[in-house]
Amino acid sequence: MIRVADVNHQIDGNPILTNVSCDIPQGEVTALIGPNGAGKSTLLKLMGRIEPLQTGHVAINDLDVGTTPSGQLALEMAYLGQNLSVASRLRVRELIGFGRWPHCKGHPGPVDHAAVHDALVMFDLVPFADRFLDELSGGQAQRAHLAMTFAQTTPWMLLDEPLNNLDMAHSRALMKRLSDLRDAGRSVVIVLHDLNHAAAWADHLIAMKNGRIAASGTAEEVLTPQTLAALYETDVQVLRYAGRPLVLHHI
Amino acid sequence: MSETVLQHPNLRLRQAATWLRHPVLWLSIALFLFCMIWLFQGLSGNYEFILKLRMKKLAALLTVGSAVAVSTILFQTVSANRILTPSIMGFDALYVMMQTLLVAALGTTGFAMIGAAPKFIVETGAMTVMALLLFGTLLRKGARDITRMILTGVILGTLFRAGSGLIGRVLDPNAFATVQSVSFANFSRAHTDVLGIGATITVLGCVIAMWLAPRFDVLGLGRDRAIALGLPHGRIVVAALGLVAVLVSVSTALVGPVAFFGLIVAGLAHAIAQRRPGGAHHRILLPVAALVAMCVLVGGQTFFERVMGQQATLSVVVEFLGGLFFLFLLLKGKIR
Repeated sequence: MIRVADVNHQIDGNPILTNVSCDIPQGEVTALIGPNGAGKSTLLKLMGRIEPLQTGHVAINDLDVGTTPSGQLALEMAYLGQNLSVASRLRVRELIGFGRWPHCKGHPGPVDHAAVHDALVMFDLVPFADRFLDELSGGQAQRAHLAMTFAQTTPWMLLDEPLNNLDMAHSRALMKRLSDLRDAGRSVVIVLHDLNHAAAWADHLIAMKNGRIAASGTAEEVLTPQTLAALYETDVQVLRYAGRPLVLHHI
Repeated sequence: MSETVLQHPNLRLRQAATWLRHPVLWLSIALFLFCMIWLFQGLSGNYEFILKLRMKKLAALLTVGSAVAVSTILFQTVSANRILTPSIMGFDALYVMMQTLLVAALGTTGFAMIGAAPKFIVETGAMTVMALLLFGTLLRKGARDITRMILTGVILGTLFRAGSGLIGRVLDPNAFATVQSVSFANFSRAHTDVLGIGATITVLGCVIAMWLAPRFDVLGLGRDRAIALGLPHGRIVVAALGLVAVLVSVSTALVGPVAFFGLIVAGLAHAIAQRRPGGAHHRILLPVAALVAMCVLVGGQTFFERVMGQQATLSVVVEFLGGLFFLFLLLKGKIR
């Protein structure tokens, strides 16, 4: 379980997060949703110790994020941010290899090579394995970074808008893969903009607005016309399809 | 069965061929040849004396080459781009300024009394502290904004040079002469009084850099990813900048500031190393860059001293070509 307690965060005096407390259950896919600038990415960064905590506490599997050695946390959780630019000129295989760094510290063994190969296969990247990252399309690069995060094989995965740049087929494949990982006992926290992906695949939703948690619960509980209207300040219809909410946000 | 027997020598040969294509190997062979030519070409008369002189110069060139190469590659990794070098950011100007300041504070006699090596250590120490304070804050805040970094570098370089100039004006002429001799690049007359300590520090620096190489690889992925992979980011940045400051001090103390040499070396090293899988890793990149730099210096110096008969100087040509390469990188817009 990830336990977030009384987290406040400011950037240049502007409050980004205000009194955020929540528990993120283990063994589930948890989606963070909300309008732009709600503080979803900041919360994810604080959970992933990418930014230092200003006040409050975050603990992952009872390890305090502020005090546990970073190398130990890298075996507990993998984080994928939105920024995909890499200064080093790397091949796809080399990038994915870095996902094994917390395990092998730069001296990969057979287990690490196998994990890299699995990640390549899983994300349809075998034909591009020896291409440079700057020779890939946006979606292919996104998949390469996802593959690196998968290769880290951690109990927790924190993904910030991983569907960016992905086409329909790869988006669905990714969400399916995340739910398979969930079935295998791993936990996922994912920032999503597409509410229908959240409705179809997430077990638990946390809706954020203006740096506060506006609602949380199952898709049924959160994706109601009233909650969404308040969250995005616009009217949205919600239908039902195959036992799940279907948000008609595009019409 | 017969097939495997037949294939075996072929495979061996191919393996040997791949090894020969390893850049570290062929660059080492090239460097060895250059060094031999430098040492033994046109040797006549008092062998012992000439060889001793040539060895001293050779050691200075090798030290400078590896110091410039390793410091440039490390700085590019920390600042996450391929166009900035410590020199462009004003590291060596900072060193010259620290040196001028120390001369002004202690006076020439005080300076002469403490000897070359302790003086060098004091200068390097002061330089490292200053560099960590300045560039540490700069890089922690906004390394992604390359335009700002270049502008800051240009301004800092001008500031440091102007600072040295200002202090130089109030110095007495004797002290000023001491300062001036280190303000211009000169590969032919290296300041060999600090060669022993400079070479020792450079070897140590290179060993530490190679030891930390896998961590620098992770650092090259950018701050967020490095932290996510569990790298103690802040500490590695400080280690890299400290190495850069020390190595720049060595090369500046030996031959004076060289603005664009590091840029050429890093550009060539990336181009050579990239053709191999894993070439972006510092375990390969650092030795390739050091070897390239040493080859250019030893080969170039041989050419200008022995063939051209000192009609032109290596530093001017290297700076000219390096400047053109810098412009080319800027105009191509590939500043990453």
